[in-house]
Amino acid sequence: MYYVDLAVTGLSFGCMYALMAVGLTLVYGLLRILHVAHAAVFALGAYVTVIVANATGNIGLGILAAIAVTPLFGMAIYRLLYEPLLDYRPDVPMIASVGLLVLMQDAFRIAFGEQGVTFRHNIYAFKIFDISGVRVNAVQIAILVCAVSVFIALHLFTTRTRIGIGWRATVSRPKIATSFGIDAIKVRYLNFAIGSALAALAGGLVGLLNNLVDPVIGYVVSYKALAIIVLGGLGSVRGTLIASLVLGMVESYGTIFIGSWLNRDAIAFLALIALLMIRPQGFTGARAA
Amino acid sequence: MSAYEISLMSVIGLNVILAVSLNMISGFCGQISLGHGAFYGAGAYAAALTMIASSSVPLALLCAATVAALLGIVVGFASLRVRSDFLAVTTIGVSFLFTGFVRKQAWLGGEMGISNVPGSGLGAVGNMVMILLFAGLTIALSLYVGGSWMGFAFRAVGQDEDAAATLGINAGAFKLAAFGIGTALAGLAGGLYAFFTQFVTADTFDFILSVMLMAMVVIGGIGSTAGVVVAAVGLTLLPEAIRFVNDYRLLVFGGLLVLFIRLAPGGLAGVTRRLTVRATKS
Repeated sequence: MYYVDLAVTGLSFGCMYALMAVGLTLVYGLLRILHVAHAAVFALGAYVTVIVANATGNIGLGILAAIAVTPLFGMAIYRLLYEPLLDYRPDVPMIASVGLLVLMQDAFRIAFGEQGVTFRHNIYAFKIFDISGVRVNAVQIAILVCAVSVFIALHLFTTRTRIGIGWRATVSRPKIATSFGIDAIKVRYLNFAIGSALAALAGGLVGLLNNLVDPVIGYVVSYKALAIIVLGGLGSVRGTLIASLVLGMVESYGTIFIGSWLNRDAIAFLALIALLMIRPQGFTGARAA
Repeated sequence: MSAYEISLMSVIGLNVILAVSLNMISGFCGQISLGHGAFYGAGAYAAALTMIASSSVPLALLCAATVAALLGIVVGFASLRVRSDFLAVTTIGVSFLFTGFVRKQAWLGGEMGISNVPGSGLGAVGNMVMILLFAGLTIALSLYVGGSWMGFAFRAVGQDEDAAATLGINAGAFKLAAFGIGTALAGLAGGLYAFFTQFVTADTFDFILSVMLMAMVVIGGIGSTAGVVVAAVGLTLLPEAIRFVNDYRLLVFGGLLVLFIRLAPGGLAGVTRRLTVRATKS
């Protein structure tokens, strides 16, 4: 049962990574920017969730508020920071993005304190289900359910609706899509809005899982999500999903087998480097960078 | 000079070596590296272990540069396989792999690091002079390489590998050369750091440092040696200069970084170029 436990942990981490990383990969696919400040969006989502949840006593309301607020922030980042820098080498907007992340992290620390904020009524973090010997936390189940339903919804949106199809068309062939009357600028805003909403959802769930939202909550996202989208082939949503699950599993089992030799992050990046040497374009990288 | 000024000058010298050497890899040759701190760290650990074993300063510095360059060439081979943003994230991986590995190794002091590294015997001022001397040599080397045929080949590879290949430039060999030279200098800086603090721990060489070094290159103006030197000095002094905002230092620092890049995306070199163009026109 021990190995099944590890698989469940790996799966739930994988789903969490997927929610974080899909927004990043969407931004990369459209604008070729490594959007490091996505971590700040994630942290903002977590903070909005915990604050609204504590104020109203309703966690669901907190998550909804986070999903409503963060897209505005994401779109503002695009308009104010990235749009003027699109003509420069990709490391220029990336460093600007790092600057924004540093700024936001410190702003959170100043506004809400070094220790972070805990949920006042969070029964889910400590509620553990025993499914024929496998112990699963309620929040882990919520993460799984959220991730699966969000990705099914996203799939339906991008394949069944006109807006979704236009979005995909812009990502794969921007010029041709524009000539068909699709407003590429609106697509960029949509892109940032959806990516940010997903990050906010992930942020809220991670906050619930740890029962704590602190200023460094986004730190993991800032580098590990980058590893995931690269492994997935940069810009490919399907590749990102596969890479998230692979990395979740590798970390979960890796810490048991070689944990005395390398720490968790190093294991993840060792897997990344090894896989990239075998497949330099990532899992589904059809479009070489 | 006070002890504070001496240590500040030493740190500036180290950062100049690191930023200028990163500029050779990322600026000249266009290979974005976000793991430069790892080579700095490798050099520091190599120097510390050599000093404990042999207590010879030149040997320690030589070992530091060699170990870092060997690692750098290994990562350089990765740059032959993966390109641009894939490489950037691979080097982030190198950074985390280095700190993660070192933290778990008993023979490298684990989490505690290596303390009591034998001193260079030059004293604080002597160390500072040595660091500044090497910083000067690094700048000279960077200017020389920038103007040489090698520098031309680096820039050709950085701008368009395939076009460089049609000119008969062996892109792979030049990438390896850029990684080799750049990381050897970072290792040297690591060796100097080991003498400067006499204490080496993994935390010093983390991802944040690598990002800071890349920020120096971008703010200085990618590929411009003079700009990068000014940015390295500026970004080292900035946290000291904004000490009065004490609790808000990171906030102000991040804000200034965003503001600067937003207003001057070409870096300091871009600003000067624009000003000189305007001056010659009028």
